[in-house]
Amino acid sequence: MYKGYVMNIGLEVHVELKTQSKIFCSCPTLYGAEPNTHVCPVCMAMPGALPVLNKKAVEYALMAGIALDCEINLECKMDRKNYFYPDLPKAYQISQYDVPLCKKGFLDIETESGNKRIRINRIHLEEDAGKLIHNEKEETLIDCNRCGVPLIEIVTEPDMESREEADLFLNKLRTVLLNLGISDCRMNEGSFRVDVNLSVRKQDNFELGTRTEMKNLNSFAFIQKAIEYEFKRQVDSITENKPIEQETRRYDEKSRKTFSMRKKEDADDYRYFPDPDLVKIKLERDYVESIRKNLPELASKRKPQMMAKYELSSYDCEMLLTDMELAALFEKAAEYTKSYKSLSNLIISKKDSVLGILPEKLATIANMSYKELINAMTARKLIDMLLEKDFDIEKEVEEKQMGQINDEKILAEYARQALEMNKKAIESYKKGNFQAIGPIIGQVMKLTRGYGNPEKINDIVVKCLNDIS
Amino acid sequence: MKDILKMDIMTLHKHIANKEISCMEITAAYLQNIEKKDEKIKAYITVTKEEAEKRAKSLDERLSLNSNIPLLYGIPGALKDNICTKGILTTCASKMLYDFIAPYDATVYEKLNDNGMTLLGKLNMDEFAMGSTTTTSYFHKTYNPYDLSKSCGGSSGGSAAAVASEQTLFALGSDTGGSIRQPASFCNVVGMKPTYGTVSRYGLIAFASSLDQIGPMTRTVYDNALVLDAISGYDKKDSTSVMKPSGSYTDDIGKDIKNMKMGVIRQFAAKKINSQVVNTVNEAINWYEKQGVEIVELDMPSLDWAIYAYYIISSAEASSNLARFDGIRYGYRPDEFEDIDRLYEYSRSNGFDTEVKRRIMLGTFVLSQGYFDQYYNKAQKVRRLVETEFDRAFKECDFILAPVAASTAYDIKDAKKDAVAMYMEDIFTVPVNIAKLPAIALPGAMSEENLPIGIQLIGPKLSEKTLYRAGYAYEKRNSEVSHV
Repeated sequence: MYKGYVMNIGLEVHVELKTQSKIFCSCPTLYGAEPNTHVCPVCMAMPGALPVLNKKAVEYALMAGIALDCEINLECKMDRKNYFYPDLPKAYQISQYDVPLCKKGFLDIETESGNKRIRINRIHLEEDAGKLIHNEKEETLIDCNRCGVPLIEIVTEPDMESREEADLFLNKLRTVLLNLGISDCRMNEGSFRVDVNLSVRKQDNFELGTRTEMKNLNSFAFIQKAIEYEFKRQVDSITENKPIEQETRRYDEKSRKTFSMRKKEDADDYRYFPDPDLVKIKLERDYVESIRKNLPELASKRKPQMMAKYELSSYDCEMLLTDMELAALFEKAAEYTKSYKSLSNLIISKKDSVLGILPEKLATIANMSYKELINAMTARKLIDMLLEKDFDIEKEVEEKQMGQINDEKILAEYARQALEMNKKAIESYKKGNFQAIGPIIGQVMKLTRGYGNPEKINDIVVKCLNDIS
Repeated sequence: MKDILKMDIMTLHKHIANKEISCMEITAAYLQNIEKKDEKIKAYITVTKEEAEKRAKSLDERLSLNSNIPLLYGIPGALKDNICTKGILTTCASKMLYDFIAPYDATVYEKLNDNGMTLLGKLNMDEFAMGSTTTTSYFHKTYNPYDLSKSCGGSSGGSAAAVASEQTLFALGSDTGGSIRQPASFCNVVGMKPTYGTVSRYGLIAFASSLDQIGPMTRTVYDNALVLDAISGYDKKDSTSVMKPSGSYTDDIGKDIKNMKMGVIRQFAAKKINSQVVNTVNEAINWYEKQGVEIVELDMPSLDWAIYAYYIISSAEASSNLARFDGIRYGYRPDEFEDIDRLYEYSRSNGFDTEVKRRIMLGTFVLSQGYFDQYYNKAQKVRRLVETEFDRAFKECDFILAPVAASTAYDIKDAKKDAVAMYMEDIFTVPVNIAKLPAIALPGAMSEENLPIGIQLIGPKLSEKTLYRAGYAYEKRNSEVSHV
């Protein structure tokens, strides 16, 4: 709350589906290829070329709809959204207008004050546009590789009332989509893009205010900052008797502010109409039910069991459950150890490479971590080594002297040496710059060849510094 | 040896298969005739002389190894210039695509190639197939082979004129609201607009996607059916295409037409029609009746609205289909422009001519916010009404006989008269496209001015075989139809 005002947030999330081929042609959807190499007459909009709907894209969109408890429109159609822009070769985007594939769903989030239901207004299927690249010569180049990559647009009701709720929703939505295996959900690659609709109202007034739409939000952190800024901007504006105008605003990462892009009255008339090149989408109820039956297990279902069985935090379970393979690996490894928290930390910290490791080995490393026989850095290093070749972990640690150095006398000696070498840092620390401790600790760790006990090193260095002053 | 130019597909096929006439001789005969006649008729935009000669040569060479050849092996054909041909100019008769070379083949061209056709060239048309005169082409007008002061009709006017003047044995046209049938009628050739979806539209530069259909234009009904055999069939690249009926479109040709039922639409008789056209239609009705065909009078009041629905739907779709011609990836682009909006503006203002711009504006208007229900949705309702009325009509008859055009070919000087008056000329042809039906235009009679008058047979969906059967009988009524 700010000056007696609260906010309402609705989200529009564009998610690229990771089908093998594009939505209307057989070009690959892979990210990061040489510009204009994944193109054909259809996605380049050559005269005479025709789209044909990719069934897999419909299936993936349905999976999202079912997982978000939506109603499915068994009969729907694709529409043309007409506008000129250089990244849109046909000069119309094939999308869905009045009849989306899925509608009226919801996703529950766990807020501090309990469960909250965020309603989903609709999910529709559409194609992505290309990318414009502006070079130093002030030329604009067009890359059509992304043209025709399948997208779903998920539109929520304005049910979120804080940036935390928006964050919870987006994280949970992302986990659901990752669990379904229908998208990579990588914000940096543009496969998960969020527009934020935000309005403010007096706390006791339940009527929604005029909303603005924010675009160009390229990370979860920016979304948080943009919401914070825009909320205050709107409240300040209203309290200064300047009414909010319905408009689209662009978030600027550098200034952390939002700027007006266009007002509602300049809104384009997209002249939507049913695409005559595509036949109606007619779904059999049995087909939809078979998708429902074969839907991958979702994290939300597994999480409570996992939390109870392994005494892990909600956050740890969520991290493990973003990828069902990670969760499965954890559970297998947990059969060989009781050090669940160490195991979970280890898996989460190495989530990109840990899938190749045998569960028994992971359990051994987790056990050794728990017993303080090795430190976390060594644990991660062992995983990298195991990826190269298999070996007996305990033997290797002993032979290569990788065991954690816990002896306080030895550590104190290293600390003395490190402080000797970092006189400047000591001065800085004495002046109240507590961050100056970092390089000193780093130095001690270096002297232990990376095998020191980090907590003990910290304690000893802090004690030494306090003794000096 | 008889004149190669007078032979139909089956005759030539037999001669080729028996190696009595080579593909090169046939191609040469046609290329010579093009050289002789096209200076005046101007049916072609591009004559692919070298490619055709090379193709014919290679066909002849391969023939020695191959005894079982497809029917169109070595048969010369030409395509309307809105059908994409890899490596060969495809212009849509527009400045917008004056230098456009498609990077891929239309499905129909692929199929014809697989069947052994020799392509003679690409044929003139109204710009982007919008028109019924072949006078709006960016390159030149096409003249009626029967009278060079007259229009050959359109938009597939180049196709009709080339077939009529023996500058090709067959041609493909496209029909969105009559663009195959009307020029066929004006030029005394057989033109089939098949059931929507029978022929793949992949590679046909779209005018109005829900109405466009490619079809054959030939001198005889039998040839027409043979060409349709070659180009039709489901295509996975066109989701609106349909499975073709089993067998050949020639299957029912020659069967007795006695006891068939033929519908005549009462509303059509009330239209303002040239008396010679009326006579031709009446004579045809009488002739069919004499053959034992039962005549059924049909009341189809919704047809009066079809023309309005047609111009709303076709323009709406065209406004969107033609939006891709933005000067960016291909086609005409001005040398200088200040910014992206100016690039669009100059490309489209200078690349398109008047009629195309008129339709884009009309289509943009009817799709605009606030007008959509009033125009586009209402037109779709009319469309369903027309479809329903035809469905009902075909419960009472096997096919319908109708005029193609209200008059014979008009003076080429008058071709650019009042646009709305021109649109109204299409009343007999557009209901067929609106209802996605097949219809064939057949040579009927010659007028006092020695201009051709055609008749039209309309059938229920996928009844092409019936139309060929009834059309063939009519064609044979006085043995030979003469050609220029």
